[in-house]
Amino acid sequence: MHIVVCVKQVPDTKVIKINPKTNTLDRRGVPSIMNPYDAHAVQEAVRLKREYGGKVSVLSMGPPQAEAVIKKSIEIGADEGYLISDRAFAGADTLATSYALTKALEKISSASPIDMIFCGKHAIDGDTGQVGPGIASRLDIPPVTNITSITKVTKDYVELQRKLQDGYAHIRTTLPCLITIEKEINEIEYAPFPNMLKAVSCQPVVWNVDQLGEVDRKQLGLKGSPTVVGKMFAPPKQEGGHRLEGSPQEQVDQLLHVLQEKRHLFHKKGGAAV
Amino acid sequence: MIEDHRGIWVFAEVVDGNIAGVSLELLGAGRELADKLETPLAAVLLGHEVRHLTDPLIHHGADEVYVIDAPVLKDYRTEPYLAGMGKLARMHLPEIILYGATPNGKDIASAVATDLKTGLTADCTMLDVDVDKRLLEASRPAFGGNIMATILCKKHRPQMATVRPKVMKALEPDASRKGTVMEESLDMKEADIRTKVLEIVKGPGKSVNLEDADVIVCGGKGMGDEQGFQLIHQFAETIGATVGGTRDAVEAGWLSHDHQVGQTGETVTPKIYFAIGVSGAIQHTVGMKNSEMIIAINKDPEAPIFEVATYGIVGDAREILPVLIHAFDELLKEEVVSHA
Ligand SMILES: Cc1cc2nc3c(=O)[nH]c(=O)nc-3n(C[C@H](O)[C@H](O)[C@H](O)COP(=O)(O)OP(=O)(O)OC[C@H]3O[C@@H](n4cnc5c(N)ncnc54)[C@H](O)[C@@H]3O)c2cc1C
Ligand SMILES: Cc1cc2nc3c(=O)[nH]c(=O)nc-3n(C[C@H](O)[C@H](O)[C@H](O)COP(=O)(O)OP(=O)(O)OC[C@H]3O[C@@H](n4cnc5c(N)ncnc54)[C@H](O)[C@@H]3O)c2cc1C
Repeated sequence: MHIVVCVKQVPDTKVIKINPKTNTLDRRGVPSIMNPYDAHAVQEAVRLKREYGGKVSVLSMGPPQAEAVIKKSIEIGADEGYLISDRAFAGADTLATSYALTKALEKISSASPIDMIFCGKHAIDGDTGQVGPGIASRLDIPPVTNITSITKVTKDYVELQRKLQDGYAHIRTTLPCLITIEKEINEIEYAPFPNMLKAVSCQPVVWNVDQLGEVDRKQLGLKGSPTVVGKMFAPPKQEGGHRLEGSPQEQVDQLLHVLQEKRHLFHKKGGAAV
Repeated sequence: MIEDHRGIWVFAEVVDGNIAGVSLELLGAGRELADKLETPLAAVLLGHEVRHLTDPLIHHGADEVYVIDAPVLKDYRTEPYLAGMGKLARMHLPEIILYGATPNGKDIASAVATDLKTGLTADCTMLDVDVDKRLLEASRPAFGGNIMATILCKKHRPQMATVRPKVMKALEPDASRKGTVMEESLDMKEADIRTKVLEIVKGPGKSVNLEDADVIVCGGKGMGDEQGFQLIHQFAETIGATVGGTRDAVEAGWLSHDHQVGQTGETVTPKIYFAIGVSGAIQHTVGMKNSEMIIAINKDPEAPIFEVATYGIVGDAREILPVLIHAFDELLKEEVVSHA
């Protein structure tokens, strides 16, 4: 079983600051991390490898520093890593990103056929969740998004649980296929010591555009991206309302006064609305 | 040719045999854009035994409904739905297609975008059009909601976007509205499809139903500790409300993720929303700001939650809540007595 996991390096959105004057990102001092969903995807691939045997590869597109997320994946238990890195990839939207990743996946597959591709449900920076299904369309393999559990794997098909808005669907799909992973699927385990050593010495395979084989440069990067970011702005502020004043008791009294007309909405637990 | 593309489409998602709320909301938003662009608004309805659903789509604003009714479309799967959407879009060349940002809506939109090699803006919360350039201006929160970005798709058609549920407004249904229904066929057999739906299980023990609650009491990190958070439960119980929490309260282990309101939790629109010890981070407010009335209690007068609150109380929640609980207890006791 050969599983390839696509892993993205992202800025840690918890600590991102926006310059309120210019509405631009202040990336200074913002750490880069592995997209959290991708960590769960690697973990799940490693779990399947333990159970069914095989190999886990990871693939990332990004600047040379993105090597860090490949090392992180090796720590979790991946076997090998590929980084595609080239100025020509810069400025890619999801269509151009899925094109570049697909070209790399084809190259990986020609050396060692791929049974399953895992992606995160979405990346926490761009946050679109569009790259995974895009890759599946391009490779003409079935995509199954929002997966919370992989229940059965055979050499021909997998059975999965797909999260829906209200509940889930139990799905069977043929291999090869592409799966996007939800966080609930597993807990990230502590990296065993030998993996950490392996991560330190790991050298990912790095490819530039020319090394990817036949690539249509017009479909890459900014040039290959139908969407453009028009403008950035601060989220609209809503008009503030009424501040109540006085002692806690006085404020509560005022509030109760206001809520009188909404009285029908309140009821004691167990009782009917009054 | 871009000029050959005309019309705004809404992907009509079917959930439990009905049109999903978000699709009706998109017809409301789409109606406005279509009127500005002076172009028809169409709904695209795919499914099995769904023909009776064309009326509600028209009543909610569609001028046209494209229908494909086929057994392979019974449950959502990417392959047959993509085949249907791809066929219709190639035949009729719409200039804009809107989808709900639900699991299925996002899935089909991503597949269609790659198939038609066009742009797709994800998870929008604002839509507008530049009438002269006939450009869709789709705005979305990015970087964890810290900033809004307007995304344009200038040179490719159709322009496509997924839109978050509960941010647009559906029109009041008007049963006198008339529209045209156009039916197409889908040439695909079950044997051609690689994905099978074995079973659909509804809401596995979803213990909380925030979406339908009339009153929500949401507690944040400001409740201090697990014990302090009990006041939230007590208050909610006193008034018969549903308990919500911020991500930080959930992460602290005070309540389960099912209760989380916000960008990575539920989007809610109750009649009254209490935000108590909640700072009002943008990732939280995107999930609750459309509530009819918002009441905030926070000890920091500068807390951003006051910017979205209808009524604000500045003070220590651990002092105010007991007073509030007592007051409501009395009020509701009176009611019970007076009904007796
Ligand atoms: C403010 C802003 C808004 C944007 N809005 C849009 C938009 O609406 N539409 C659009 O098309 N683009 C948009 N983009 C561009 C988009 O962020 C990039 O195309 C990005 O390369 C991939 O999209 P994503 O981060 O949404 O990934 P997602 O599709 O959310 O990622 C899903 C999964 O795909 C895999 N993956 C994604 N990128 C990589 C990678 N570089 N290497 C390896 N695996 C990867 C990972 O497994 C990841 O978990 C936006 C960018 C910004 C800065
Ligand atoms: C990608 C991303 C997604 C996110 N998704 C969500 C989401 O879905 N939902 C969500 O809620 N958050 C989400 N967050 C987190 C969000 O940014 C905030 O960190 C979070 O909402 C803050 O929670 P809080 O208001 O409970 O805590 P804090 O920000 O710590 O605020 C506590 C507040 O309580 C007040 N306070 C303290 N003591 C008292 C007292 N005794 N009486 C009254 N007031 C008191 C303080 O003044 C303060 O305003 C997300 C963040 C990211 C980056």
